[in-house]
Amino acid sequence: MTDKYRFIGKVTPRKDAADIVTGGIKYLNDIKFPGDLLYGKVLRSPHPHALIKRIDKAGAEALKGVKAVLTFADAPDWKGGTPRCTPILDRKVRFVGDAVALVAATSEQIAEEALSLIEVEYEVLPAVLDPEEALKPGAPQLYEEFPGNVVTPGMPFFGPKSLKDVVMGDVEEGFAEADVVTEGTFGYENLPNPLPPEPPGAIALWEEPDRLTVWVSNQASYMDKITLFHVMNRKVEVRSIGGPCGGSFGSKFMSWQVQCHAALLSRATGRPVKLVLTKEEHLAVFVMRPASRMRAKVGMRKDGTVTAVSGTWVIDTGYYSMTTQAQVAVGCGEIQIMLRCPNWDLRPVIVCTNRNASGIVRGFGGQELKCILIPLLSLSMEKLEIDPFQFLKKNFVKPGDGYFWRDGIWYTYRGVDYSAAMDRGADLFRWKEKWQGWLRPTLVEGTKRRGVGVGVHGNADIGEDASEAYVRLHPDGTAMLFSCVTEHGTGQRSNFMKMVAEVLQIPLERVSITPSDSLINPYEFGPAGSRGTYAIGSAVIRAAEDARQKLLDLLAPMLKATPDELDTVDGVVFLKGRREKAVPWRAIGVDRTLTGFGRFEPDYTLTNCMMSFVEVEVDTETGKVTLLNVVNATDAGQIIDPQGLEGQLNGCLGSAGIDSALFEETIIDRSTGHILNANMIDYKWRTFPELPAIDNVVLETPFASHRFGAVGVGEVATSPGPSAVLMAVSNAVGTWLHNYPVTPDRVLAALGRTGNGRKGGAR
Amino acid sequence: MAKKPEKQKKKRAPGTDRIALTVDGRTYDLPVGGEAGQVDPAHTLAHTLRETLGLTGTKVSCDSGACGCCTVLMDGKAMLSCMMLTVECAGKEITTIEGLGDAETGSLDPLQQSFVDHTAFQCGFCTPGIIMSAKALLMENASPTAEEVKEALSGNFCRCISHYQVVKAVLAASAKAR
Repeated sequence: MTDKYRFIGKVTPRKDAADIVTGGIKYLNDIKFPGDLLYGKVLRSPHPHALIKRIDKAGAEALKGVKAVLTFADAPDWKGGTPRCTPILDRKVRFVGDAVALVAATSEQIAEEALSLIEVEYEVLPAVLDPEEALKPGAPQLYEEFPGNVVTPGMPFFGPKSLKDVVMGDVEEGFAEADVVTEGTFGYENLPNPLPPEPPGAIALWEEPDRLTVWVSNQASYMDKITLFHVMNRKVEVRSIGGPCGGSFGSKFMSWQVQCHAALLSRATGRPVKLVLTKEEHLAVFVMRPASRMRAKVGMRKDGTVTAVSGTWVIDTGYYSMTTQAQVAVGCGEIQIMLRCPNWDLRPVIVCTNRNASGIVRGFGGQELKCILIPLLSLSMEKLEIDPFQFLKKNFVKPGDGYFWRDGIWYTYRGVDYSAAMDRGADLFRWKEKWQGWLRPTLVEGTKRRGVGVGVHGNADIGEDASEAYVRLHPDGTAMLFSCVTEHGTGQRSNFMKMVAEVLQIPLERVSITPSDSLINPYEFGPAGSRGTYAIGSAVIRAAEDARQKLLDLLAPMLKATPDELDTVDGVVFLKGRREKAVPWRAIGVDRTLTGFGRFEPDYTLTNCMMSFVEVEVDTETGKVTLLNVVNATDAGQIIDPQGLEGQLNGCLGSAGIDSALFEETIIDRSTGHILNANMIDYKWRTFPELPAIDNVVLETPFASHRFGAVGVGEVATSPGPSAVLMAVSNAVGTWLHNYPVTPDRVLAALGRTGNGRKGGAR
Repeated sequence: MAKKPEKQKKKRAPGTDRIALTVDGRTYDLPVGGEAGQVDPAHTLAHTLRETLGLTGTKVSCDSGACGCCTVLMDGKAMLSCMMLTVECAGKEITTIEGLGDAETGSLDPLQQSFVDHTAFQCGFCTPGIIMSAKALLMENASPTAEEVKEALSGNFCRCISHYQVVKAVLAASAKAR
């Protein structure tokens, strides 16, 4: 449909496609280093909370091939967390898996063997593994800096008014105006792991006195430089070199600990050190989604107007928080996008407990909050017999509405009305036909019962944070994009080259992109929160436009014209309407390049939207829930890359998305703090034979974003699904299910078929 | 594909400290032992491919046989290279993702080309394993159904959810091959 563009919206092979399908692409662990590379390993705590009374590392140091063994006694005062209170190595360990000692050796096997030769004596401390227990007086305390285990609210990076809650209007008045008020406690605490296939890792090279180069496998490689700079007390000059990232889904936006561990070992040995987590470490000690639990109350009118929301949102961040305050801020913003309501008193509290830390995961606070608020809203909708599709459509932000965003500032939404996309999704899904009312199945066939559900999510972070880019034009008619963006699966590096090609009207093959190295590229926050298309795209487009302008300015005198009378196609500049009056780019001189600069300033007045419809089939004999089909509906303004977009939307299932409502969970033994399924057999994931049908509806209503009128939607694909699944299963079986995931035992318990079986079956 | 058990004379003589195997058409005769550059009896085939032979196209994710990322062809069958010891691979013919295309012309295997055409990957880390599993299927069954493709790939983990585009790519490659 987009004949106005040469590349935008067209199916073009990803520029890295051939490297990917031939195995030629070099992920972090594929990079070859000269012979002096050392391998790092980490000795980890077997206790959830303990003091190290004694460490004897002599045996490990004596092993042939071991080059360094480091403990807290050897570590500098580097700290992470927000605020920075978590030492890189500490005398106190705070979860099962906390770093106790680091080893560098000439091979991984030797490093592994050395770990077993380190003797540690612990004084075991009482541990706390439930956020509400952690808040009680007398609970074990993780940090002196966080009395009562309450993490300091607010994200300094978001500015002085960083959003900490949603408080406005008068909730008591709101509840008084409601036709129905419902309340309850809901949780989304099964800790799904985004679990990219490539484990977190780093290669570090320290040069005295204070220079560090770190090769990373991260989603946002420029930010590694920034994060490490702060963690290392702003005294170290860090260069971060990114490469292809084998999946992240938010989680590998930051890997400060593994990067610091490699850096410390390099600092101790003077040699480059590679440290890559095993898959067990990835599951047991790397960051996972924050756990949420909320006691809340909502008021609703018969017409589906929400009059008040109040509640306490308890977020378990595990043993530290680096970004949980940011997730709370964005989650609080996103809930206002989903729910137009004048009266709020929603108060989050972030708690630390003795399990591995929470970090960034696709959905970023908003998925968590929706997963616990939509089930409560559903109770009100049931009482008032309101169709949830109509409710979600009515209450989603409309042009002219507003919200407090993460910086605590009120923004008025100036994007499109998503009702049209939602309607198209509902039609394709046949919602009207399938929706039978609350707690009523769509279909009953013998022991099988089908049900439907719907969810929605929107994010104003599509314009978050700053991006910068250069575009350099060469006399041979090629262009090079300088951007520190890394490729983590969305195809965006390729898409940014597409944007450059479109602005400059040169074949895609003539555009290249620099390695994502902080030394050569300007500031780049990285692809996150669906910001790639609008935020990074805007910087790239402006850089290309700036370079093009410089080209036309330079060549105008040669063509005896003004720059605005000129155009350029395929490396030739010509007079508009008189193509014979032309000069090639090489007329700039073979000894010249032209560099354009582009910068994007944050803009929170646009939001994306994803509505997901799901249909499930429940086997009432076995309790198994099968996801039959999914329809995702959105409006992307303008599709840039049809196949890449399809991939992103299909991604709704995995990476801690829809499947976190069906079977994905990290199981922690709450008495010992050990994770019981830290391997890929016991941690459940969806396989090829179990794919539901997915249909994606993507409208293209131009946005006032950049010259292509597009907005990003990748990140949000996972977020509407989980609560929709809970809704669908409840409707199928005719009784409420409120716990994630809906495992067979929970379904059978809801049906009264376990225990003494008093209820004897579905209603 | 029928197995060929005869001729497999156990030539794992304990006295000989070398192991010969063919990888991507090239025969290697590697010393067995604990030193750098040697094949340690504890080394998996995945380790030997990546660390000893430098063939990093084969990926290791879980390293315990659960995810399929390290899949290679061994005598035409899909095998998890992280679950095989290299010393067990004497005389075997191994094909990795790097040996799938035409080494002479540099052209892609039609299956690889189909993955390019369908953007049947996102982060790409699981892609080599998926392509090798699909290749093994197509060698055994030139025109599989969608269900057969899914079954053949049931051991391959992909987190980005490239599954739908993968199935299309494999089916397209099989139709073209006919």
